[in-house]
Amino acid sequence: MVQVTYIEHNGTTHEVDATEGHSLMEVAIEKMIPGIDGDCGGACACATCHVFVDEAWLAKTGQKDDMETSMLEFAEGIEANSRLACQIKASADLDGIVVRIPESQH
Amino acid sequence: MSQAAVKTEESVIPDPYSLPLDEIDMGKAALYPAQAHWAYFERLRKEDPVHFCESEEFGPYWSITKFNDIVHVDTHHKQFSSEPQIVIGDAVDFQPPMFIAMDQPKHDVQRKVVTPAVSPVQLSEVEPMIRKRVGDVLDSLPVGETFNWVDLVSIELTTQMLATLFDFPFEERRKLTYWSDISASGPQVGDDSMTEEFRLQELTKCLEEFNALWQERKAQPRKNDFISLMAHHPDMQDMDPMEYLGNLMLLIVGGNDTTRNSMSGGVVALNQNPAEYDKLRADPSLIPNMVSEIIRWQTPLAHMRRNALEDVELGGKTIKKGDKVVMWYISGNRDDEVIDRPDDFIIDRPKARHHVSFGFGIHRCMGNRLAEMQIKILWEEILKRFSNVELVGEPVRVTSNFVMGYSDLPVKLHVK
Ligand code: FES
Repeated sequence: MVQVTYIEHNGTTHEVDATEGHSLMEVAIEKMIPGIDGDCGGACACATCHVFVDEAWLAKTGQKDDMETSMLEFAEGIEANSRLACQIKASADLDGIVVRIPESQH
Repeated sequence: MSQAAVKTEESVIPDPYSLPLDEIDMGKAALYPAQAHWAYFERLRKEDPVHFCESEEFGPYWSITKFNDIVHVDTHHKQFSSEPQIVIGDAVDFQPPMFIAMDQPKHDVQRKVVTPAVSPVQLSEVEPMIRKRVGDVLDSLPVGETFNWVDLVSIELTTQMLATLFDFPFEERRKLTYWSDISASGPQVGDDSMTEEFRLQELTKCLEEFNALWQERKAQPRKNDFISLMAHHPDMQDMDPMEYLGNLMLLIVGGNDTTRNSMSGGVVALNQNPAEYDKLRADPSLIPNMVSEIIRWQTPLAHMRRNALEDVELGGKTIKKGDKVVMWYISGNRDDEVIDRPDDFIIDRPKARHHVSFGFGIHRCMGNRLAEMQIKILWEEILKRFSNVELVGEPVRVTSNFVMGYSDLPVKLHVK
């Protein structure tokens, strides 16, 4: 099990155990965490799973590919640490990761 | 009741199973108002999901009918170009450029210029105004008398919204509906009710009016309406008139035919599914989920077209460079491999947002949140006032292979 912390825009914190191999989008949907829509089902094609990765964890989540970069362009209020949660897979390396959820998904 | 069960005019439209596969042409616009397309798509999804057709009307093209294949094409924008245009038919000689029919990088640049007008933050600011207007329109309706819901509600509300997004003179807002109808019709989508010359002439008038607004906005400080955003942005302010017209057509149609027909489609769906109507009355908190279900069930734009930039293997077929590829969103939304009981309208359906009506990838609908908000407010305000928006006659549907629309929806209102 990998521990993941999601922080909603209003500050509500959800600490959950994620199954290794599941994406942070899938985990959020499974655990009913509000603010992550995941409309495309993880195909990196809708940008409704936008999250801000806590700086301390950014390097460990790896690089964005071209498609993710393109899709993020269309998300609201992106920052340098913006990622699509469906493109980050829970793994032992990420045990303890913290991500913040934006105010809204577009 | 499933839509697949709606009767078709057998005398005019043959049973899909009576035809050889290669004679199936989903571009035939007559299939749609007759509701005959459901059975045709069902056969294609089962027997030939990546289907080639030599159409007399539209030339050779591929039909992509399954959900996951559609997502594949939509997300591989380097292999499947959106240029020169996004409907099945080729333009004759009038084809203004618009960013939905552009590839990267220009598409991204132009799209980004106008998205602030429909950003979630902007929307939360306009929500009270939208709610007030929806209330006013609903309060003005005749109770207990038959009237056309399309005209008095669906068109009226979407046109008001469009007038706001463009900051277009409010009293003249029905012109936007007119131009939208002209933009989205014509031979390219199987409609022969008007000639290209007539469309050109009417759209030229549209351009003249918008040019005056452009000059006006340019001289004023920047605001958040579409015209002002474009007129003040370095990447768009030097657009030539045809490109300006193209983008106007895109924004007008994008905000008009789509939401309008989902507003009508919801009434049809609930009347055909009385148990769902009861569920809704008992629990209005289901509205947001129902909105996604309406948008899936209606699929207001049936297709988007691409052009292959290289040879691509898909579903065991080779799509050749230069081939025309049509993604049938309306069929993807009925694919039972991805959507459970897809023909049923279920307002509390789990994962209702997982539909393809908005498209996916870089061309995904940019007004999706606005559309959802408008339809949500409409149903919230309906439930406050009426116990029933009763459909009292057969819906009249438009003839198009692109817009899944209604022209007449006779209804009667019952107050609470
Ligand atoms: S779920 Fe659609 S981009 Fe992540």
